[in-house]
Amino acid sequence: MTVNVGLTHFLIISAILFSLGIYGIITRKNAVMVLMGIELILNSANINFVAFARYGNFGFSGQIIALFVIILAAAEAAIALAIVLNIYKTFSNVNVDEIDKLKE
Amino acid sequence: MTYFDVIFYLFALITIISAVIVVTTKNIVYSAYSLLLTLFGISGIYVLLGADFLAVVQIMIYVGGILILLLFGVMLTNKITSVDIRTGTVHLLPAAIGVGLLLGVLWAVMIWTNWKTQPGEIPITTIKNLGNLLITDYILIFELLAVLLLVALIGAASIARREEEKID
Repeated sequence: MTVNVGLTHFLIISAILFSLGIYGIITRKNAVMVLMGIELILNSANINFVAFARYGNFGFSGQIIALFVIILAAAEAAIALAIVLNIYKTFSNVNVDEIDKLKE
Repeated sequence: MTYFDVIFYLFALITIISAVIVVTTKNIVYSAYSLLLTLFGISGIYVLLGADFLAVVQIMIYVGGILILLLFGVMLTNKITSVDIRTGTVHLLPAAIGVGLLLGVLWAVMIWTNWKTQPGEIPITTIKNLGNLLITDYILIFELLAVLLLVALIGAASIARREEEKID
């Protein structure tokens, strides 16, 4: 590869991370692993935001949006793990394919 | 190849390989620690893109906050004393084929689209600009996110520590 690293390279990294995140969400049974897949997808979106902010000359709006995405990811992880803990208390496992009731 | 390219490929390799480990290994704890490497690699990519503040925020919030939360989730929802710390998998082959197709389409789009790039100059530090934007153009979103974080933390605490109601 003799091409200099440019916008396309960062976009491809983000595409690979996105695909891996989707794969993790589809194939894992454990709810915590599904959460990790979601984190991968959010990070791939963030790479896109920052890459376009750098190469598109849009100023700093892309970086600000990426900052907001990180904050939202923190809030989402906290809520999701609280729900997962509750599910574990009720059903004694967190496999998303076995839990098909909202109460005991 | 310039130094920039070499460092980019290094971080890209770290990120991709550890992300593959995250989604393929069966041991959840290995996954969590591989996710740590992935997040570090992404933080390095942010530095290459001239977003130094974002890279530090990535390490502080993701590695210091979210990853610790995930590890607590793993520890609290698995039987550590037994060997049952593995995750089951479903639909491996269809998922691999579908995701492969998706990746191919995305890759083709990324390569063949004629992106209009117009790189600006990289400032030495982005903190001043980001701070100015946060309290001028994005002040409403900033305040809303503060409220949202408060709601999320109170909500998480109240969901996770629900007392057993005694119904006679």
